[in-house]
Amino acid sequence: MRYSLLALARNALSGHAHWPRAWRAAELKRSYDVIIVGGGGHGLATAYYLAKNHGVRNIAVLERGPIGLGNTGRNTTVVRSNYLWDDSAALYEHSLKLWEGLSRELNYNTMFSQRGVMNLAFTRHELVEMERRCGALLLNGVDCELLTPAEVRRWLPLLASGESSRYPVLGALVQRRGGTARHDAVAWGYARAASALGVDIVEHCALTGFRIEGGRVAGVETTRGHSAAARIGVVTAGHSSVVMQMAGVRLPIQSFPLQALVSEPIKPVLHTVVMAGLVHVYLSQSDKGELVIGAARDSYVSYAQRGSFHIIEEQLRGLLELFPIFSRLRMMRQWAGIVDVTPDASPIIGRTPVRDLWINAGWGTGGFKATPGSGFVFAHTLANNEPHPLIRNFGLDRFVSGRLIDEAAAAGVAH
Amino acid sequence: MLLIPCPWCGGRNDSEFVAGGETFIERPAHDVSDAQWGQYLYFRRNTMGAQAERWFHAMGCRRWFNVLRDTVTHAITETSPMGAPLKAKQ
Repeated sequence: MRYSLLALARNALSGHAHWPRAWRAAELKRSYDVIIVGGGGHGLATAYYLAKNHGVRNIAVLERGPIGLGNTGRNTTVVRSNYLWDDSAALYEHSLKLWEGLSRELNYNTMFSQRGVMNLAFTRHELVEMERRCGALLLNGVDCELLTPAEVRRWLPLLASGESSRYPVLGALVQRRGGTARHDAVAWGYARAASALGVDIVEHCALTGFRIEGGRVAGVETTRGHSAAARIGVVTAGHSSVVMQMAGVRLPIQSFPLQALVSEPIKPVLHTVVMAGLVHVYLSQSDKGELVIGAARDSYVSYAQRGSFHIIEEQLRGLLELFPIFSRLRMMRQWAGIVDVTPDASPIIGRTPVRDLWINAGWGTGGFKATPGSGFVFAHTLANNEPHPLIRNFGLDRFVSGRLIDEAAAAGVAH
Repeated sequence: MLLIPCPWCGGRNDSEFVAGGETFIERPAHDVSDAQWGQYLYFRRNTMGAQAERWFHAMGCRRWFNVLRDTVTHAITETSPMGAPLKAKQ
């Protein structure tokens, strides 16, 4: 069913009681052309583009729980593409361009809002790094501006940024095409669009092992039985090491909790995404009115989806340092997601030592923004059994050659 | 919040410590292949369950030590000074 004003009106007349399911409840078949392990945003996007752009119709997406309850529903919804290195800028910019037409493409309102992303500089060093990054971005055709302290104050009067504040703002790097999107809608939209193209989305189906014959993957074992596949893509952010261990593959990944908070809803006060590196916090205001606040990740490996209290304490300290106006705001929810972090803070997309088993992992603290682009290039990769040109340098082999894409230093706080 | 039993100072809040990741990683000889060097430098077990790791008591005695910690329950079952093994089997 196509969503439209007419469909809305028709369903309003019947009290909204007859909307059909957004995607089919599928059973696992015994064989597929491609199986995607992991039904988060990236996995669903991969399945969608495989069906849409490459005509592959016999696809399954396996999800351990229900769609959208993993990292897809746990991030802080920031979208941007202002990465320093050429490889990253090309990949994330491709993703941002897909975001710009996504709601129309999926016939699903992803609430993508290009409200701008502003990175604040508090030290001379941060400012110099921003100038360098802005130069690199402009050379790569990515939009970017540097603001003076006066311009920052004009755009963000709430900010305590004057000479008398503890951390006077020296400038800011702005990407106006950046912004936020509704994370659940992205998963639901891709699931619905993929399902309409014939993709089987199998929920409550946990992977228990791979069938590997002669160095080549032949299928999966799951809690709902086995299934054969010509090719398998693993997109299981937060559990990449655990899943790949089932295939006997070790990864250059460590998994950490990353926490976030949401405040009670208030009237619109913050019209852009603000990120601060030195005073470590980043935030935006959702359309519902809640402040969505992100922090640093915890420092120890964990799969528990909870972190240490002192991390959010520091995060709120940073928030109040920059925005004293929020001091009496109550926080409604706090949670953590598990992020798979690579040594260079860039993702791993490409081959594994097992033939026909491909991986898309290690997006660290910033995978949400890459959802459309990641799915697009991974679908191309699975369809052609050859890495998409944009991810040629993102393979596992870089941890042997030493040709890292070191965004770790360039990221600052920003995710 | 973790309560970490430092072998020298006793149980302390985890905000006093720096997590050092997986422990007992042996540095290979200089003439190993790039693949083996890459394994040493970057690849980790990233265990789900009991993991042997090293912690640094940065705001206390400033010593490194080994810890056996469950990465799902966060329960710490054993510690040992640097250079000494953990009793539980890895």
